[in-house]
Amino acid sequence: MNDILTIEHIVKQYAGHRALDDVSMNIPQGSVFGLLGPNGAGKTSLIRIVTQITAPDSGRLLFKGSPLISEHIRHMGYLPEERGLYKKMEVGEQALYLGQLKGLSRAEAMKRLKYWFEKFEMQSWWKKKIEELSKGMQQKVQFITTILHEPDFLILDEPFTGFDPINAELVKNELLALSKNGATIVLSTHRMESVEQLCSHISLINQGKKILEGSVKEIRKQNKSNTWEVHYTGNKIAFTNALWAGFELVDIQEDHEHNVARVKMLGSNTPNELLQNLLPQVQILGLKEIIPSINDIFIQKVNESEHAVVAA
Amino acid sequence: MSKIALIIRREYVTRVRKKSFIIMTILGPLLMGAMIAGVAFLSAVDNEQRRIVVVDESHLFSQKFKNDENTTFLYLDGPVDSLRSRSKKEGYFGILLIPASENMASLEKAVTLYSEKQPSFTLIQKIQFTMEKEINTSKYSDAGIDPKKLESIKTDVRIQTRDLENNKTSTPLTTIIGFAGGLLIYLFTFLYGAQVMRGVMEEKMSRIVEVIISSVKPMQLMMGKIIGVALVGLTQFLLWVILTTTIYSLVMSVALKDPNKSAMEQMIKMRTGQDLPVDTKYKEMTPAEEISDAVNQINFPLIIGSFIFFFLGGYLLYAALFAAIGSAVDSETDTQQFMLPVTIPLILAYVASANVIQNPDSPVGFWFSMIPFTSPIVMMVRIPLGVPWQQVVASMGLLVLGFLFTTWLASRIYRTGILMYGKKVSYRELGKWIRYKN
Repeated sequence: MNDILTIEHIVKQYAGHRALDDVSMNIPQGSVFGLLGPNGAGKTSLIRIVTQITAPDSGRLLFKGSPLISEHIRHMGYLPEERGLYKKMEVGEQALYLGQLKGLSRAEAMKRLKYWFEKFEMQSWWKKKIEELSKGMQQKVQFITTILHEPDFLILDEPFTGFDPINAELVKNELLALSKNGATIVLSTHRMESVEQLCSHISLINQGKKILEGSVKEIRKQNKSNTWEVHYTGNKIAFTNALWAGFELVDIQEDHEHNVARVKMLGSNTPNELLQNLLPQVQILGLKEIIPSINDIFIQKVNESEHAVVAA
Repeated sequence: MSKIALIIRREYVTRVRKKSFIIMTILGPLLMGAMIAGVAFLSAVDNEQRRIVVVDESHLFSQKFKNDENTTFLYLDGPVDSLRSRSKKEGYFGILLIPASENMASLEKAVTLYSEKQPSFTLIQKIQFTMEKEINTSKYSDAGIDPKKLESIKTDVRIQTRDLENNKTSTPLTTIIGFAGGLLIYLFTFLYGAQVMRGVMEEKMSRIVEVIISSVKPMQLMMGKIIGVALVGLTQFLLWVILTTTIYSLVMSVALKDPNKSAMEQMIKMRTGQDLPVDTKYKEMTPAEEISDAVNQINFPLIIGSFIFFFLGGYLLYAALFAAIGSAVDSETDTQQFMLPVTIPLILAYVASANVIQNPDSPVGFWFSMIPFTSPIVMMVRIPLGVPWQQVVASMGLLVLGFLFTTWLASRIYRTGILMYGKKVSYRELGKWIRYKN
């Protein structure tokens, strides 16, 4: 897979602090790329550099292999976290204006808006002023204006905030459809469940530094701790006694009729060996590996990097 | 359509369509006319009835003060103190005390008018005029001059002033036009500069700015807004000119009662600035004719042309600064600290123009019409009175340099400020923004 955007050694210094410190990452063509990080990590700074709102102090960006220039902006769609529209302007007029600013002709913008307004059932809003719409409705208008020029590279900063679950689902499905049609989507969000559902790749930054990057599958695989969940019925003590030095019991919880134990494999021990020990003692109902969620990895990595800073 | 043209179009169309713009455009000339007429009317019509007690201890002025529609003079003797204490009860407007004296000349500065309310300027004038006349007459007779002879000797010289190209130079009307032009530039700069500032703040506070500057450069957005608003101002001005001309020629065609002069001819004459034939000067003129004559002497193409230049120059210079302020703050209340240094030169120019009008070629007039921050207003005041072309060109050149400088300065503040939220901005901070690379 080729990279649509390559970010190389970006440094951005603001008065008093370093917002981005030697950040590099590769965003694969056609991926849904989760840009993660706690508040103030430097996500918005990075996005503003990619959208050419600001320029980096040093480092370079390649878009489809060639240095990023203002011409490329036509291929990008950007939905900022702090969003807004002209409150006193009519919906249709405003959407047309923003479409034209992205390089569409008036007629073309009109045609595409008709399609989207029909699809989202908002034809009746055309003549209304933005301030007459609810927050969720405004978000919909803004979402449409972001994707109207059919960008092949979309940057969405917290796209789901402000939507009710139904509309969030609607937007999510549109994003998946866009991704299927070949668009690359960069998603900056705190909502880990949407990262799990949507993202193929993620990058985690904290305090201006990148601390993790890769495909979601790879990262989860790398971060699993070889811990398994055992569902059984029987005596807790018998279960504990059955474990010998090669296994570490994390905890046991009671779940309705049965118990759930979490056991970590030590050394090269396998679940089969665990089962061999347990089978004579208790009734096994199920066994599965615990794969860490992105949320767990996020918290763990951020804490690690912060401790590292303190230690250093 | 290019992006900056799109921005200009949006700024222009949304403003021109507003009800407030349409109302101001129609009401502006009407209000202006009504205000001038109102002031003239109020100062002319003064129908308060006043009784003034004259205590003439010199006995030189008995029955000399003539009653008129509003003022009745009562001649009473008696101690002034008791009259003063009774004044309110009796309903006197005031008490005029003329102290005892043998000759009139010694009374020149000895007379006092007591009144509860501040006496009007015209009333004081009337009393002074009467006394001056009496004292003059007495002085003439003391000196052995026959007042009648003196009257017949009196000459009335009125010279016409013309410049080297034989055009008529300043008349009271040109002075008024110059002052009005300066005032209009002052008002427009404030009005439309504030509109730019509010527009920038609207974009910043509604957070649409980030979407837009991911499509266009901050400089384009700022200039688009400034130019769009400038066009709104020009539109308004031109509509005012057309409307005023129409009203003026309608009024004049009625007032002149001259069937041969159609309103259209009047307008053409006014536009081209042609003089009336000289012989009309020597005819007895009605007030309407006098006004019309004075209006016809004015070089309107020059005045309107220079108005447009200095309006645009001054506006561009200040609008850039207003845009910078709008970008730097988070709310209307934060604008105060930055507004002051921007408004002071403007107000100074306006105040100075009152002085310049008396003395157009004074050092104040010269320097204020050169410094770009004050020149749009002060030069506009001077131009109808006649200014050497070298000065006009120099002033225009400096003004262009001035607005290029403020625009550059503003764009550097703007591109940083527009994305900066939740930070109380100081002048030091602004200095840092100006020095940022990008």
